Amino acid sequence: MLSTQTIGSRSRRFDAPEKALGRERFASDEYPESMLWAGALRAGVPHGLLRGVDTTQARAIPGVVAVLTAEDVPGENRQGFIHWDMPVLCGTKVRHAGDAVALVVAETRQILAEALLAIVLDIEPLPVVDGLDAALAPDAPLVHDLETGNVLKQASLRKGNAQAALARCPVVIEETFFTPQQAHCFLETENGTAYMAEDGTLHMTVSTQAPFRDRFEIGRALGLPPDRLHITAPFLGGGFGGKDGSTVQCLLALAAMHAGGRPVKMWWSREESMLAGYKRHAARMHFRLGAEADGTLTALICDLDYDSGAYAHLGVEIMALGLEHSSGPYRVEYLEANGRCIYTNNPVAGAFRGFGVAQVCFAFEGMMDRLAVRLGMDPLELRLKNAIRQGDKNGVGVVMTGSTGMAECLVGLQDHQFWRSRDEWVQSAPPLTRRGVGISAVYNGMGYGRGLADAAVAKIRLTGDGRFRVYNSVSDMGQGNSPTFVQIVCEVLNQNESQMELVQPDTERSHPSGSSSAGRTTYTYGKALIQACEAMRDKLLHRAAMVLMADEASALSLVPGAVRHTSSGRELPLAVLAGMLHPEDRVCIGEAMMPVTHDMPDGGESFRLGFPHLIFPYAAHLARVEVDELTGLVTVCDYVAFTDGGRVLNPQNFEQQVQGAVAQGLGYALWEDCVAENGQLRTTDFSTYVIPGSGDLPDIESHAVETEEESGPFGMKGIGEVGMNGPLPAVASALLRMGLPMIRAPFTPERVLKVLCGGNS
Amino acid sequence: MIISFVLDGEEQTLDVDGGLRAVDVLREYCGVTAPKEGCGTGECGACAVLVDGETRLSCLMLAAQMNGCIVTTAQGLGTDGPHPVQEALADLGGVQCGYCTPGIAVTAAEFLERNPDPTRKEIRDALSGNLCRCTGYHKIVDAVEDAAKRLQKEHGRGE
Repeated sequence: MLSTQTIGSRSRRFDAPEKALGRERFASDEYPESMLWAGALRAGVPHGLLRGVDTTQARAIPGVVAVLTAEDVPGENRQGFIHWDMPVLCGTKVRHAGDAVALVVAETRQILAEALLAIVLDIEPLPVVDGLDAALAPDAPLVHDLETGNVLKQASLRKGNAQAALARCPVVIEETFFTPQQAHCFLETENGTAYMAEDGTLHMTVSTQAPFRDRFEIGRALGLPPDRLHITAPFLGGGFGGKDGSTVQCLLALAAMHAGGRPVKMWWSREESMLAGYKRHAARMHFRLGAEADGTLTALICDLDYDSGAYAHLGVEIMALGLEHSSGPYRVEYLEANGRCIYTNNPVAGAFRGFGVAQVCFAFEGMMDRLAVRLGMDPLELRLKNAIRQGDKNGVGVVMTGSTGMAECLVGLQDHQFWRSRDEWVQSAPPLTRRGVGISAVYNGMGYGRGLADAAVAKIRLTGDGRFRVYNSVSDMGQGNSPTFVQIVCEVLNQNESQMELVQPDTERSHPSGSSSAGRTTYTYGKALIQACEAMRDKLLHRAAMVLMADEASALSLVPGAVRHTSSGRELPLAVLAGMLHPEDRVCIGEAMMPVTHDMPDGGESFRLGFPHLIFPYAAHLARVEVDELTGLVTVCDYVAFTDGGRVLNPQNFEQQVQGAVAQGLGYALWEDCVAENGQLRTTDFSTYVIPGSGDLPDIESHAVETEEESGPFGMKGIGEVGMNGPLPAVASALLRMGLPMIRAPFTPERVLKVLCGGNS
Repeated sequence: MIISFVLDGEEQTLDVDGGLRAVDVLREYCGVTAPKEGCGTGECGACAVLVDGETRLSCLMLAAQMNGCIVTTAQGLGTDGPHPVQEALADLGGVQCGYCTPGIAVTAAEFLERNPDPTRKEIRDALSGNLCRCTGYHKIVDAVEDAAKRLQKEHGRGE
């Protein structure tokens, strides 16, 4: 079962055995000889004027190699790759408690810790902007000196006159929803090693989702030419968006520039990761939805506020996706979506699986459930009635020309025994327990969207000993894109897995292929790789024709390890063929670019980057949920997911992505909340910030709805993100059906108890 | 201080500060990077190793405490090749980013010694100290269940 590597087969991941044996080397496993340790001093104050940094005592400690402040930062001292507003080291103002104000390079970790403690900061505290209301108050202190106050970006999207349409609707419902800041909690915290070579090239091995883009971010921040930055990205110990953009990179590069050519290692502790790492944006979402009496959706007006924390990072793009997805995977004729992305002194928000969409899914699905209650309709019927289908226009007016399996996912759920037997299950609740079955229908645009070329360049080499080496250039943070690339090569070149070698991204060996994000890695790089493999196949057959004395390459075929003359059965081993070819001739490159839509909605002119999308994966989820009436404790007993990600290349990998995303989504629904009080994070580790453990989750049933996406490699789309969006609304849907209208996630026992007692969540 | 212990079948004698954390000594001084650090406070289980056959968190252990012990990491698990639990984790999709996997492999291997025929609930309880952010645990539980069967078969042949 596990030896086949053909497309569509359930095969073991290429990377799994080494990882299971503990032999795989992550960035954090590098301890170069004679290395130094680097560490940042964090402000500890959420908002303040930096009057001074006294490094005298720290510098005097034996074993301290360098103590650096903003004055030592060459270049622009600004991180970010769209909005450059985050200093590498703060010089004048502190905007959140995790801001780095000094950087120490030391011989050992002990000396590093001692030196960080010896630095004296003089910070004059400023009033703290601790959330959306504080940021929007008329006399709010300014986090950045913007003319727009603390509003980083305000934008609107419109389709028709939604105000007038809503006024005509016989049924209008209204609600405000709240979602928390969520932490990625990848198990391998942010880290890397770096050294400056004598020729001025900075070599870096880092746990990153975007090694190619990092060169530009580091280069700009520190005034280094990007071509003098060499970055390798081994397998990541998780990412989920939190390693998209500079984490350790700029600080580490700066440290290496002051280390006299010695290698430097920086590895954030869990506490530092919680404090200074990126988070999912907390959001407040006010929705008004209008429908006909038969449940046909007509008009939606929504106002979305995203808390960007202290810096912009990808906040504007994340808000844009929230606006784009605000009407759900449904046909809604009239839309008015208004968004604001707002600065506060909270931890910096950034990319996270479900990129702005996970938030709005809670809101629009909450509206669907409330509408179903109002109309006395079956909630699944209501969703199915309005589900977007191929050829329809979505909420922002993009025609769905690609595979659109929303209805198919819902039909899958409708036929499932957990849905059919929902009433019996609810009625069989034990004493003092309420039961509910909830559903959700969600989607997530894949790829970068318009305005940012979503391209990949794949490279494959026939090695001297007749094997094939795949040069992955899109980081594998665990999602399994790179083992799927091996599978693609096996399929197109008709080879066995034993013939394969896999190289992880390296800016000197592989070619720029975008970041590992937006659910686009297998789609985009996979398409490019198919092209490279086809070129390789043609090349090998043509070259072998001479040796096998065939008149035409079509008389030959590739078989595992050899080229065969089909009619005579004579074979030329690939190892022999490789020896006949010049090394430069044993390489094939392919490239691909994702298609974009030409349907442009009204509004949104201020964020044309990454918006709108053309291709969407879809999912319908079901949760069987129990609530303990005495404690408010919510337990998810069973979970089912139907997912349309186009054709499935490897069912095992597909299920992994769905189950993992659902687990993360259930964490979002029930436990996870970065609590900051007056700008100070109170959830600093795994005992105060709770992610699900093995005992907290049910088995997760995953079903594939394989609609063929004609534009994709072998018909696939991408499922990296969509699974994240379903659990929160599905659990909320179950709770609503037990009479518990939750508007604020996560659904902690305290909040559920409040609602059980008749209060508001 | 000088500490001696057996690490994955090999004698180690080191002159180190006995107050260093075991996880750092294994990774930095011995070059065995299978034990991973995910939290440093005993909450994630990624650094789990077997010490004299029992699961221990190497981030909460001092170097001195390894003196005279037999320490087994995921790299030394299994006798003639990978442990069945490692094979099952790889085969059945229990591995994604793989950072938690070495800790899960040793925890599960020791658990199956104690409980060769566990229920899924017992497996989930046994792994409750090992956090995984990628898989949702479903396939890890599948793998441990399967490893139990593989081990039973192995033992059956041995009798």
